[in-house]
Amino acid sequence: MNSEKIIGTSVPRKEGQDKVTGRARYIDDIVLPNMLYGATVRSSIPRGKIKSVTLGPGVSWNEFVIVSAGDIPGTNCVALISDDQPCLADGAVNHPEEPILLIAHPNRHILRKAVEAIVIEYDLLPAIFSIEESEQGKEIVWGTDNTFKKYLVEKGDVDSIWKDADYIVEAEYTTGAQEQLYIENNGVIAQYDRDQGLTLWGSLQCPYYVHKALMKLCDLPPETVRVVQTETGGAFGGKEDYPSMIAGHAALLAMKSGKPVKIVYDRMEDMTATTKRHPSRTRHRTAVDKHGKLLGGEIDFVIDGGAYATLSSVVLSRGTIHAGGPYFWPHVRIRAKAVATNAPPHGAFRGFGAPQSLFAMERHMDRIASVVGISPVEVRRLNFLKQGMTTTTEQVIREPIDLGKLLDRGLELADYSNKRKHFQTGSKLDKRRKGIGIATFLHGAGFTGSGERYLASVVGVEGCADGTVRVLVSSTEFGQGTKTVLCQIAAEALQLPYESVQIAQPDTNEVPNSGPTVASRTIMVVGKLVLSAAYGIRQTLLTCGLLSDEYSADQFRDACAKYVAKHGELKSWAQYEASPDISWDDASYRGEAYAAYAWAVYIAEVTIDLTTYSVTVNDFVALQEVGNVLHPILARGQITGGVAQGIGFALYEKVVWQNGRMQNGQMTNYIMPTSADLPQIRVYFEELGNVHGAFGAKGIGELPMDGPVPAVVNAVVDATGIALDAIPLLPEDIFKAISREPREKSAHALKEPA
Amino acid sequence: MSGQPGKGEFSLTVNGELHTIGAYPMERLLDVLRVQLGLTGAKEGCGEGECGSCAVLMDGLLVNSCLVPVAQAQGALVVTIEGIADGEALHSLQTAFLQCGGAQCGICTPGMIMAAYQLLRKKPKPSTEEIAEGLAGNLCRCTGYTQICEAVAQAAARRCAP
Repeated sequence: MNSEKIIGTSVPRKEGQDKVTGRARYIDDIVLPNMLYGATVRSSIPRGKIKSVTLGPGVSWNEFVIVSAGDIPGTNCVALISDDQPCLADGAVNHPEEPILLIAHPNRHILRKAVEAIVIEYDLLPAIFSIEESEQGKEIVWGTDNTFKKYLVEKGDVDSIWKDADYIVEAEYTTGAQEQLYIENNGVIAQYDRDQGLTLWGSLQCPYYVHKALMKLCDLPPETVRVVQTETGGAFGGKEDYPSMIAGHAALLAMKSGKPVKIVYDRMEDMTATTKRHPSRTRHRTAVDKHGKLLGGEIDFVIDGGAYATLSSVVLSRGTIHAGGPYFWPHVRIRAKAVATNAPPHGAFRGFGAPQSLFAMERHMDRIASVVGISPVEVRRLNFLKQGMTTTTEQVIREPIDLGKLLDRGLELADYSNKRKHFQTGSKLDKRRKGIGIATFLHGAGFTGSGERYLASVVGVEGCADGTVRVLVSSTEFGQGTKTVLCQIAAEALQLPYESVQIAQPDTNEVPNSGPTVASRTIMVVGKLVLSAAYGIRQTLLTCGLLSDEYSADQFRDACAKYVAKHGELKSWAQYEASPDISWDDASYRGEAYAAYAWAVYIAEVTIDLTTYSVTVNDFVALQEVGNVLHPILARGQITGGVAQGIGFALYEKVVWQNGRMQNGQMTNYIMPTSADLPQIRVYFEELGNVHGAFGAKGIGELPMDGPVPAVVNAVVDATGIALDAIPLLPEDIFKAISREPREKSAHALKEPA
Repeated sequence: MSGQPGKGEFSLTVNGELHTIGAYPMERLLDVLRVQLGLTGAKEGCGEGECGSCAVLMDGLLVNSCLVPVAQAQGALVVTIEGIADGEALHSLQTAFLQCGGAQCGICTPGMIMAAYQLLRKKPKPSTEEIAEGLAGNLCRCTGYTQICEAVAQAAARRCAP
């Protein structure tokens, strides 16, 4: 038996050596014989009818393969949830950059010139570009009312509380779009022949999403479509649904040409045409007693979904459920909706709606504190959810979480009290002012509500002929450490050295559908299934007498090899079954929204330069309870990376729109943080464990995206005394806000006690 | 394309090996390395010199190879990520990136390691600020840079250890 513990140690990343030597093969590193390169001709207008498409002069069009909507063998849609998005526009376009025509050629360098030579004439239709325009309904651009989805969460009797309120605090908070900005752009290669069927290699998160979309688009049976994930250079949600689109395009070109076709976007195409984080607007109206306790409130949460439904309904769902934060609301009504505009569809991005609604909640808590006249610490401490209390969806908190204690530890790590006192006594004449801000928050792990039950994920573990073990999952690696941690789990379960466990490359011909790699579900949900499947292997070997209870790695290898020699293969499968105490009602949006929550306290210290209005984050403490930490270095890397993206969202990353098109689709003018812009991010873990996850793990990936924005903005408000309720906060935004001088306290509609 | 000079012959030494290649003078060094020489370690992240994923050393300078026309690399000594290990033995920076969690998705890693390699050539014992400044031309979306900076500090410390 291997007595060394593997779980909880920082074993080497499975694919690490390939990555640090440059040997890892990403999609653009792969070239197939006779391969063509594909390009996409896109809409230059936000909305209209296509009158004509003309191949202009100066290009040898007979050398090109050209595909339009008429060439689609199956259904012209990107199959996902409501299948409303065409793969290629057929007669009408609904957003800028909508794909209309595909071309392919052996020489990638002449594609751009060819794309520019194609002339498309349109009859323009009026278009809408904001949540407000969509709500006004003067133009209906989707369905009957521009609304993709609505939710209503109702707890208690919120209408009864206003009369008892000492204060009613009302405000509106908005967030902009955010680009995922993975450093590897979207890309795929498709290959088709009548006998082998269709194979698609690509940079993607969810092989089975692409598999489903290709079957429908190309009208092919499941066994003739194969999707393989290649090494993926970052995703963050940005490669959850869009790969189904680009895969469809490459597949159509490959089917028509009979040759392999590669499509790899350049940076500007990736930024302007693919998904981003949903812009949002949240309105809070909250009844508070004189001590600062929440009596109840109304939360109105709206996201801009862009032109097609894509994932907006589920993004909205997570944002809705997280809108109340980690607080106890005796009465609450949350109205949420996702609306249509004529921007390219917004999609998944780490946090999936929660960063938007939690920004509003956490800014609002600071606002409540200042209205009541208590500190940001006290207002949170008074209202924290405790074990036995219920969330906004009336889920009982069963975990022994003590947020007050977590907050105390965070305050101590950040030296909060001393710093706050010191910053507040600083001279008001000083051109550089400092501030400190808090965010306390939660993030649910796994699919929402009944989601995991519907997914019914399957995983496999295989004992191979050479005695090694292989994990079979469709869960993908894109930096988080999926491969490493799932191998750790199987190795620990089988008491084998980490090195003797490998993981299959996600390939739909080889691995079962273990669900998409999203929603902070991989380690908690898929990991737990890997654990069961690994136990199954051991049980099989024990039952047939090839292994005894106590065994060495050599004995295991021997037993495994013998079993495979005799029976042909040794595979063990596990499928998700919902725990009976998890109940959720989709109709009333009530019940156990998530099997487990991660909890966190983030504290940011900032300096604002009142000459340039630039903000620097000087210190950042990220303290979280994520269950047991299975791999300390990877876990810490998830947090530091998420915090950096959050700081970017708060202070740097602004998508500039004009008529629904992103105008700054370059790394030159859409600015993400560099190493010189960030402090050393200090990461701390509490570990309470979690019965639902493998070895007590909860989800971790999205959590760190939720807290940095409000912590940083609350710190800037602390430094300036100015109410700042919209992000991103670039220097010009702060300058504008300061010029208007809405002081933090006077900005609230405030009802004095009757 | 008309008005453009035709293909020429260019010689450059890449990772210690002399190559003579036929290319248009304005072809990007990045494409020559990746397509003609099969050295796919350098990546294209932005194509405009912002992200540093295509960083290589050219005559002792760190350059974004997406911005270097091959004509400019005539006669140059180029070092790429494929050229810093000693056979199968990893370079100390590669080891440190592995041990400290400096590589997540890995797409920025080759360029990042080349930037760190150049930093340590110029400053064998960089301060924390010098590391942050030295890597500021290379974007990483995964790590928040904390573990990358730690990896560079670790590699520097090990090299300077007596």
